[in-house]
Amino acid sequence: MAQDTYNWPAADKTSVIGKPMSRLDGIAKSTGAAKYTYDVNLKNQLIARALGCPHAHCRVKSVDTAAAEKTPGVVHVEVLRGAGSEVEWQGELLAIVAAESEGAAVEGLSNLKIEYDVLDSFVSDEDLMAAEKAGRTAPAGGKTLTQKEPGENDDEEAFIAAEIERLFKESKHVVEGYYGIDAITHCCLEPHGSTVAWEDGKLLAYLSTQNVSGTDDGFARDLGITADDVEVRCDYIGGGFGSKFAPDYWAIAAARIAKATGRPVKLMLTRDQELKIAGSRPSGYIKVRLGADADGVVQVWDSQHWGTGGSGGGGVAHGTIPYVYTPKNYRRVATAVRTNTGPARAWRAPNHPQACAMSQTAYDDLAAAMGVDSYDIFMRNLENTAGARTEVYAEEMKIGARLMDWKAKWHPHGKGEKRGSIVDGLGMALHTWGGGANNSTCQLRIHPDGGVQSFCGTQDLGTGTRTVCAQVLAETLGLKVDQVTVNIGSSKLPNSGASGGSTTVGAVSQSHRRASTDALTELFKLAATKLECEPGDLEAVGGRIRVKSDAERGMAWKEACSLLGLKPLEVTADYRSGTPSSLSSSGVGGVQMAHVEVDSETGVVRVKKFVAVQDMGLIINPKLATSQINGAVIMGIAYALFESRIMDPATGAFINAELADYRLPRLGDIGEIVVELYEPESERGRGVIGLGEPPVISPGAAIANAVCNALGVRVPVLPLTPKRVIESLQAAGRA
Amino acid sequence: MSASDTTSGARGGFSRRDFLKGSGAVAAATALHAQSATALADDEAQVVRGATEITLQVNGKAHKVKVEPRTTLLEVLRYQLDLTGAKPVSLDGSSGASTVLLDDKPITASNTLAIACRGKKVQTVESLGGQRPDAVPRAFVEHDAQQCGFCTPGFVMAVRAFLNKNPKATEEQIRKGLNGNICRCGTYANVIQAAIAVVKGG
Repeated sequence: MAQDTYNWPAADKTSVIGKPMSRLDGIAKSTGAAKYTYDVNLKNQLIARALGCPHAHCRVKSVDTAAAEKTPGVVHVEVLRGAGSEVEWQGELLAIVAAESEGAAVEGLSNLKIEYDVLDSFVSDEDLMAAEKAGRTAPAGGKTLTQKEPGENDDEEAFIAAEIERLFKESKHVVEGYYGIDAITHCCLEPHGSTVAWEDGKLLAYLSTQNVSGTDDGFARDLGITADDVEVRCDYIGGGFGSKFAPDYWAIAAARIAKATGRPVKLMLTRDQELKIAGSRPSGYIKVRLGADADGVVQVWDSQHWGTGGSGGGGVAHGTIPYVYTPKNYRRVATAVRTNTGPARAWRAPNHPQACAMSQTAYDDLAAAMGVDSYDIFMRNLENTAGARTEVYAEEMKIGARLMDWKAKWHPHGKGEKRGSIVDGLGMALHTWGGGANNSTCQLRIHPDGGVQSFCGTQDLGTGTRTVCAQVLAETLGLKVDQVTVNIGSSKLPNSGASGGSTTVGAVSQSHRRASTDALTELFKLAATKLECEPGDLEAVGGRIRVKSDAERGMAWKEACSLLGLKPLEVTADYRSGTPSSLSSSGVGGVQMAHVEVDSETGVVRVKKFVAVQDMGLIINPKLATSQINGAVIMGIAYALFESRIMDPATGAFINAELADYRLPRLGDIGEIVVELYEPESERGRGVIGLGEPPVISPGAAIANAVCNALGVRVPVLPLTPKRVIESLQAAGRA
Repeated sequence: MSASDTTSGARGGFSRRDFLKGSGAVAAATALHAQSATALADDEAQVVRGATEITLQVNGKAHKVKVEPRTTLLEVLRYQLDLTGAKPVSLDGSSGASTVLLDDKPITASNTLAIACRGKKVQTVESLGGQRPDAVPRAFVEHDAQQCGFCTPGFVMAVRAFLNKNPKATEEQIRKGLNGNICRCGTYANVIQAAIAVVKGG
C-alpha cells in the first residue's frame, strides 16, 4: 500500500479524535461488572493453589503427596518440581493442588511433605566485590567512542585509555559519583493466572495477558495441540506492565489439570508468589566519572555499572548509558550479577528508568559542583542529544520551567531556606522512547441496518485501547462512538500485536483507520451512484454521507448502508510494523520536573509538585493520555521513594513480598501533578506514537535530583527511603 | 468434601465475645484457612465445624450460602454469589481492593469471615451499578479515576463510605482520608478529582 493513501483529518476538522472522551468501559469497571480472568467463574470449576519454594536455592530431595491427596475437598495434586530438581529462587512453584474451594486447596498444600537440600544462595546485587568473590559476575558488554581515533600502529585499548585520561585532564570540571536503583517488582494487582476449560478437545483459556493474539501458540505447543484448538480470552486485565506476555508454566499446568480432572480450573498466583516469581525490574548500580568544559557541557563520560536480572545475570543494557545525552567521548562497561532472585521481565520502558536514574543524576551533580542552575546544565547539554528531538526537549524544558515556576523557586544545591528541619528542592530529567506501531489487523463489518462492528485481537491494559479503537472508527465514518461496537480481547479475532513497548495505540489506530477508510470507499461508490456524483466528492460527517461542496446533498448513514442490500460489507485491513505511513510514527522526548520537600531530621521526602511535559505525536484522546502520564508519574514516585525488593542476604528470602510490607505510595503521598500534553502541529503531523512507557522514565532521576538540591547531599540509591536520606546526611557529616 | 458437624453451645464452651477477643477484630491472614472451630454470632454460643448453611444479607437480598468456619466473606461473594467486584489482591486487606460495606462501615472482605457477617448488612460495589449508577462510579468515569480497573471497585466503595461519613470533605481531608487502598496504575490524582466532584455535586 502506498504510503500516503491514509491520513488523519486536520486538527480543526475532527469531531471525535483529539477529544477528551471518557473510557467506554468505565462504568463496567467502576461498578464491578467488568470480568477479569480472576472473576470468571466456570460451572463446576476447581480452585487451584500452588506451593512456592521456601528456599532461595535448593535441591528437592523428596515429595510426598499422600496426605495432600487425602485432604477433604482436594481433587488433584500435580508436582511440578520432583525429587532431584534444583530450584534457584524463592517462590518458584513446586506443586499445585486443585480443590473444591480455596480453603481446601490451601489446606492440601499444607499437607504436602517436601524435603530439601538447602544450597548456598547469593542475593546481594549491590555489592559488586562480594559478587565477584562469589563468582557471580560476568561481562555484559560495553562501548567506547572517542573523537580521536587510534593510529594504525597504536594498540587500540591503550590508546583509548590514554585518550580518556587526556580528556579528563583537559576538563574544566570533573565529577565522580555513585548512583543506583534497586530491583522492584511488577506487582500487578490482578496476579498472573488463568481460568481454563476443555470442551471437545479444545481449550478455552481466560488468561490475564497483554498478548491474546500471541499466547494461543504457547498453550498449543506445550499441550500437544494446535493453536486453532485454543482460544485465549482477556476482556479485562488487572495490570501487566510488561510481565504478562506468555502463558507461563502455571497456566499450562492449569490446563493439564483441567484435562486430567475433566473440570475447569482456576489457578491464580498468591500475592507473595506474584511478587517473587511473576516479574521484576533489574537493579542497576553505577560508578561514573564525567568531565565537562567551562560551560558544563560534558565532553567525556566513563562508567562501570552492574545489576541483576536474576539467576541468568542480565541487568541494565549498556546501550542506554549515559541516558539521552551522548557525549562525544565515552567509555561504558556493564557487568551482570547472577542472583537467586526471581527472573526479570520487561518492566514498563525496559532499561530506561534505571539508565535515567544512573546517569542524569551525574549531570545534576555537575550542576551542583559548578554552582550552576541544573536547568542550564540540562539545557546546554542538549547539543549532545540525537537529531530532531533536541528542539523538542528545549521547548518542553521551557514549558516545564514555566509550569514549575522553576527560575523563581530555584536555589543552588543545599542553599535553600530552611523551615525548621524542612527544606525544598527542585530537580529535573529528560527521557526518550520509540513507541512505533506494532502489527495489527482489523476486520470491519458494516451492516445494511447501519450497525458497525470491528474485530481485532488486541487488548486493553487500562490504557483505553477499546475507546481509542472506537474513536478512530467513529471519526472516519462520521459517527458517534456509541454507534460502533468494538470487539477485542480474544485470540480468535484477527491477529494484533502484544501490548508492550507503547506499540498498541499506533497499531490499532493504523488498522482501524485503514479498515474504516477502505469500507467508506466502498460505501461512497454506492452512495455516489444514488447521489449522481463521483465517490471522491463525498464525505462522512455527522452521521451523514454527503457531497463535500454541497452539504445539503446527501443521505443518512443508515440509508447509505441500506444500499449494501442484504449482505454486510466486510473489510479487513492490516498494518505491518515498520511500514512508512503518515498515520503513525515513532520517537518521543519528554521533560519532567520535581519539587520536593525533605525533612533532614526524619529523612522523609514528600513530592509537593511534579510537572510532566510530554510529546506523543497526534493525540487520539487527551483525557486518557493525561491519565497515562499521571499514572506513570505516580509509578515513578513509587520507585523513587517507596518500593524495592528487599532480599535477606543470609537466606536469600524475599522478605517484603506482601503488600503491607512492599511499600507503594498511597493517595496521600503524591502531591500535585501537572501534566502538559505537547502537541504543536509539527508533532501532530507525525501521526500517532505510543505513550505508555516514556513518562515513567524520568521521575526517579528528577526526584533524586530534587532531593540533592534540597539537601546539598546526594542520596545515591533509589528508593530514597528515610533511612537512606539520614545515612547520606550522616556520611556527609550533616546529621 | 468435609461433612457438616455442628454442635451446640455447651460443648463448644466459648461465646462470641470470647471468640472476637481471642482472634482480634482482624484475623491474621494465615489463620483464615486453618480448619479451626468458630463460634456463630448467636447470643448462645455455638461451635461449627465443616460446612454449614447461613443466611447473608447482601445488597438488600437474603442469600443462603454454605460456609466453613474458615470461609471468608470475599470467597462467598465471589464464588457463591458471583459478585466479583470486590477483588482478591492481598489476603491481609492492605490493598483495600476487597472493600465492601458491612453495616455501612467499610471493611475488607478478604480478611472477614463470612460466618461473622450473619445478621449484618453487606453492601458490595455492584449495588452502585445497574441502570442508574451511583454518583461515585459516575465521577470515576468522568474523571477517569481508573486504568486497569482492578483496584477500582474497592476504591469506589472506600470513597462512597468516606463521603457518606464526610459529605462535605475538603481536598485536604480527601487526601488524608483515603489511604487504605492501593492502585498500581497510579490513578490517585484522578480519584481525588472524582471525590471532589461528588462533594461538589451534593
